[in-house]
Amino acid sequence: MIYSDKVMDHFQNPRNVGTIADADGVGQVGNPVCGDMMTFYIKVQDDRLADVKFQTFGCGAAIAVSSMVSEMAKGKSLDEAMKITNSLVAEELGGLPKNKMHCSNLGADALHAAIDNYKERRKSGGQAAAVTVDDHEHEGCACPYCEGALEEGEAEYCKACQIELEECPSCGGITKKGAEACIHCGAPAKK
Amino acid sequence: MRKAYFDHNAATPLHPEALKAMLPYLGEVYGNPQSLHSAGQQALAAVESAREEVARLVGAGAEEVYFTSSGSEANNWAVKGLAQAYQAKGKHVVHSAVEHQSVLNPLKSLEKQGFTSTCVPVDGAGRVDPADVEKALQKDTVLVSVMTANGEVGTLEPVAEIAAVCRARGVLFHTDAVAAAGSVPIDVRALGVDALSLAGDQFYGPKGSAALFVKKGTRILPLIEGGIQENGRRAGTENVPAIVGLGRAAAVARAEMEARSARLRPLRDLLIDELPRRVDHVVLTGHRTERLPHHASFCVEFIEGEGMLLLLDMQGISVSSGSACTSKALKASHVLLAMGFDHALAQGSLVFGLIDGTVREDIDHVLGAFPPVIDRLRKMSPLYTQYLKEKGS
Repeated sequence: MIYSDKVMDHFQNPRNVGTIADADGVGQVGNPVCGDMMTFYIKVQDDRLADVKFQTFGCGAAIAVSSMVSEMAKGKSLDEAMKITNSLVAEELGGLPKNKMHCSNLGADALHAAIDNYKERRKSGGQAAAVTVDDHEHEGCACPYCEGALEEGEAEYCKACQIELEECPSCGGITKKGAEACIHCGAPAKK
Repeated sequence: MRKAYFDHNAATPLHPEALKAMLPYLGEVYGNPQSLHSAGQQALAAVESAREEVARLVGAGAEEVYFTSSGSEANNWAVKGLAQAYQAKGKHVVHSAVEHQSVLNPLKSLEKQGFTSTCVPVDGAGRVDPADVEKALQKDTVLVSVMTANGEVGTLEPVAEIAAVCRARGVLFHTDAVAAAGSVPIDVRALGVDALSLAGDQFYGPKGSAALFVKKGTRILPLIEGGIQENGRRAGTENVPAIVGLGRAAAVARAEMEARSARLRPLRDLLIDELPRRVDHVVLTGHRTERLPHHASFCVEFIEGEGMLLLLDMQGISVSSGSACTSKALKASHVLLAMGFDHALAQGSLVFGLIDGTVREDIDHVLGAFPPVIDRLRKMSPLYTQYLKEKGS
């Protein structure tokens, strides 16, 4: 098995799955293009996370990460919860395969987006958006040529191949900038 | 717990007859086929008889069959070796959008050497239109490569028609038949192909056994240079046990193909008909009828493939998925995207490949285990919640 026992336990028996109808904050991160999407719901009482629930579209690691994050966050103060980092989550899970590390990034970020959403709502007196979306622009995606992971902020350029990349307008996949056709869907590039 | 293996595309079990044929060549017959002494000649005889069996499977001459280490090697060799051998004529290659990485990546390498390529699209069922291939041909086109069947969606391509288009224009045609050979009848003469790749682990032969058919009189540059093995076209000491196993598997496939297909096709159709009936928002991928006899593939909406794969594995069911998360590169299947599936739906890809030992009870096991697995994952999915909300409002 590619996953640790702890990851498998959280995948098979995820804690705190679901939604909170009257949540105080909702955060969403990821998109189906990269394969993972998470939504976190929080209830806040006296500056503490009285309840945390999540929903995840993604692989076993993504589900286990969300479950672990929810467990780590529940009962913590907002400040403490903001200190939950991606590496802490991976560590608590007994490690993740290298190519699944991006999943651990999403978990903590989704929780933090929910906390941000709560704070925005308080500040704006009910005027803030119902959901705070942390749009990870292709973070966690790979270069379609060398298959090396693209780090955050470098989605338009693969260091290894030294080529510029862009999003295909037709399928949304990452393809070579200026290429005649998208290497994923074959759609001709926009002229 | 009942074990049901449905990952034909990854590997088929070794046929007992292939295993039996291989054993002496892992033991007492250890000579090198290139040696002149009798120990070597014994191994050589086994290799040559295997070559004849493989040739018979695809209607080729024995002297047109070259053994390789894998289907990927055969594809790499065909694409690079043919294009480079004929580059004086031109440096343009045509391929379909659904080819295997072992065809697409060599094409990328060729591009670095000044070649250009044109990608031909497929329809929603994953089929290439031969007219599109014709339109893609240029004056400097030297090679067209379109697969016989797609391993991910099971669709059979109109290879004979495409070969005819190429022949009329004097362009070489290679077909990656790795997913098809041994499962559907193939005759290289009737199809009119110039090169064809096949692999033993797709039809109950051993892993590491594969071959490339190259039509007599066709030039091809070697990929692996060295000794004079394989008529000087593919160096390296022959993997005798694997080659013997491949030959035996080819003979068995030729004898049993029709009966195997007749038995597996109704089981395949049961899956294709019943899975979408038992769970809503499940769609078939690939062509309904023009598909491999053992192949049933789907996209399950609102959830991702790896979760399904892991939960089904816990029920003893082995399947594969083309989702981003199950691939090491974390990208959605280029095949499903080319067929027009959006990223979210492509993530829910699930591939069932029936094998020789698959029985009705295995299908029933899947049909029983599938709905609760999907239900469980959908309850966790924000996309499903969103769908229910939109449906309700």
